[in-house]
Amino acid sequence: MSRAKTLQALFKRYRRPGDIVFAWFILIVSVFLLSQLFAQTAFKPGAKLFAQPRFWPAVSLSLMAGFAALHLLGSLLSERIEGRWKEVLLWVSSLEYAGWFIGYAALVPWAGYLPSTILFSLLLVLRAGYRSKAALISSVVSAIAIVVLFKAFLQVKLPSGRVYELLPDGLRQVMLTYF
Amino acid sequence: MLENLIAGAEMLARWDVGIALLVGSIGGVIIGAIPGVGPAVAIAILLPATFAMDPIVGLTMLLGIYGSSMYGGAIPAVLINTPGTAVNALTSYDGYPMTQRGEAHRAVSLAYSASFWGGIFGILCLILLSPVLAMIAPMFGSREIFLAALLGIILVILAHRGQIFAAGLLAMLGIFLQTVGLDAVTYTQRYTFGYSFLSSGINLIVVVLGLFALSQAFYLLTAPDSSPSAKPVTGKMSAGFKELMKHKRVATVASGFGVILGMIPGTGEFTAQFMSYTYAQKTSKDPDSFGKGSPEGLIASEAANNAVPAAAMIPLLALGIPGEALTAMMLSVFYVHNVIPGPQLFQNNIDLVYGLYLALILLNVIVMVFLLFSTNLLTKIIRIPTRFLGVMVLILSFVGVYSLRNSLTDCMIAAVFGVFGLVLKRLNLPIVPIILGMVLGGIMEVKLRSAMPRLKTPFDMIDRPISFILFVMILLVLALHLRTLFKEYKAHQPEEDHDIHDTQMR
Repeated sequence: MSRAKTLQALFKRYRRPGDIVFAWFILIVSVFLLSQLFAQTAFKPGAKLFAQPRFWPAVSLSLMAGFAALHLLGSLLSERIEGRWKEVLLWVSSLEYAGWFIGYAALVPWAGYLPSTILFSLLLVLRAGYRSKAALISSVVSAIAIVVLFKAFLQVKLPSGRVYELLPDGLRQVMLTYF
Repeated sequence: MLENLIAGAEMLARWDVGIALLVGSIGGVIIGAIPGVGPAVAIAILLPATFAMDPIVGLTMLLGIYGSSMYGGAIPAVLINTPGTAVNALTSYDGYPMTQRGEAHRAVSLAYSASFWGGIFGILCLILLSPVLAMIAPMFGSREIFLAALLGIILVILAHRGQIFAAGLLAMLGIFLQTVGLDAVTYTQRYTFGYSFLSSGINLIVVVLGLFALSQAFYLLTAPDSSPSAKPVTGKMSAGFKELMKHKRVATVASGFGVILGMIPGTGEFTAQFMSYTYAQKTSKDPDSFGKGSPEGLIASEAANNAVPAAAMIPLLALGIPGEALTAMMLSVFYVHNVIPGPQLFQNNIDLVYGLYLALILLNVIVMVFLLFSTNLLTKIIRIPTRFLGVMVLILSFVGVYSLRNSLTDCMIAAVFGVFGLVLKRLNLPIVPIILGMVLGGIMEVKLRSAMPRLKTPFDMIDRPISFILFVMILLVLALHLRTLFKEYKAHQPEEDHDIHDTQMR
């Protein structure tokens, strides 16, 4: 009995709520990926084992599944922490911001970098719960500063917006090059 | 050596390098001082922008952020008990109690001077070691680099005490991610599931931006809003140097720990800090004051973490093996410019190496001068509300991902890794093993393949002196780990403070 108990203690570890959900998820993912090993990688007859294209996926996924199983074991043997599903709900809620990010990325080639950045910065600051004039003004100022820094000053490669084509001649050139 | 130093200085004597250094070092201090964004977020965002610059310009800027963020990170650690970057965690142990006693000024200035001492000590070691490195580095062939990368993976897993299984599975995930796509040697598909966007592989920068930058934005946006407030500090900031001189021994030994552990891939700042703190406490005349505002504890932790960046450049430059996330990101800057770090770098581009050393010295001086005058300005910047910061990080992440190759798919992949990173951060699980797994996994695959033709039996792998030493080190590390596990198991040590491995500050 005492032996089993100390063995249990060996696997106990420090966790936060939701750990077991993550442990199950990652174990399922790694086992699924491992099950696809033969379908998703090739075996070259004649080549040495270490030079096989299958070698590293096989090694990494097997070890990953092994570690994931041990991680889950640790979770199962430790006492339960309350608030598991509340935590998972928070993870899911972050998908909303992932959506904002992708929406922003999809808008830029159409509306241009400067207008979309100002728009998204304003909308996101409102979404984050700020209502004060100071917050709104600083969001617009920061958005403009970011665009000037990266597009006008550092000249990073970003597509210029389709709407810029509709602008009058002189302004269009400036917008296409710098914003 | 002298002519190399001069050649390095010539490389830096350009206006754009000067601006990059200034922007990097001052920007680094500010980013370090804001709790909620760390150097990893900043470097990840700026990385694609530096690809268009000359290698020396881009590298000095990133190096500036890397080397100076810990100076800034000490400010909130001392004043509001919230480390600005993950590596300032131990600083708050003794810094904050000093602030509570009304000695905020003493603590901050002491932290600066200890940081400066550690930073300069690290660079001097690097410069003195360079000739030795230039001699040893060419002895590293494919086998040796493979074994060194393997050692790095093992160390990064074992360094995450209490979370070894998680670190292991995440490192393996990194190695796996790196294999996805078209295999460059056999031209066969690996885990593409028929999707063409996966054929070119999963881009490291996209993953880095998702895991470090986007996840941080999501983390800040999903948490309740807060606005940390720090009180201004009065007094002359140079006073700390006088007090530091009374504790030269602690500062030097701590910097030494920083240098040694910084050189070993996978261990890094945290271990260095912890070991030097333990050393300082054990040898102190007043060990009971540690954790209650001991100047020695503060010095030990700040000197150790600032000695690391210079030392972390050693494996990166000499072998092309990054030891932690930030140098792994910098490695991609080298690759983009076709400068391959490794033994050849010391033979062909030694001026670049010395240029980077000098840049490190300059950045420490710039940061020190900047901090002497602007600490109170930084205490105001700390007050940026966290959700607002989240919005800004999200918008900045977009430039990073999208400017890479204007691909919406990249943005989606980054968003997926952003959510994954958020989950890891919420669970306080480490992110670094994934990145190191990706980089070191790629190195291991390439090097093992190129070593293959020369190997007849498995023992040929370790029949050269350096490869043999590396092999023994791997065995030793594993054996030592098992020994500590066994000892702890017998002794039933009390629970450690696990919150110290805080992954949320990056």
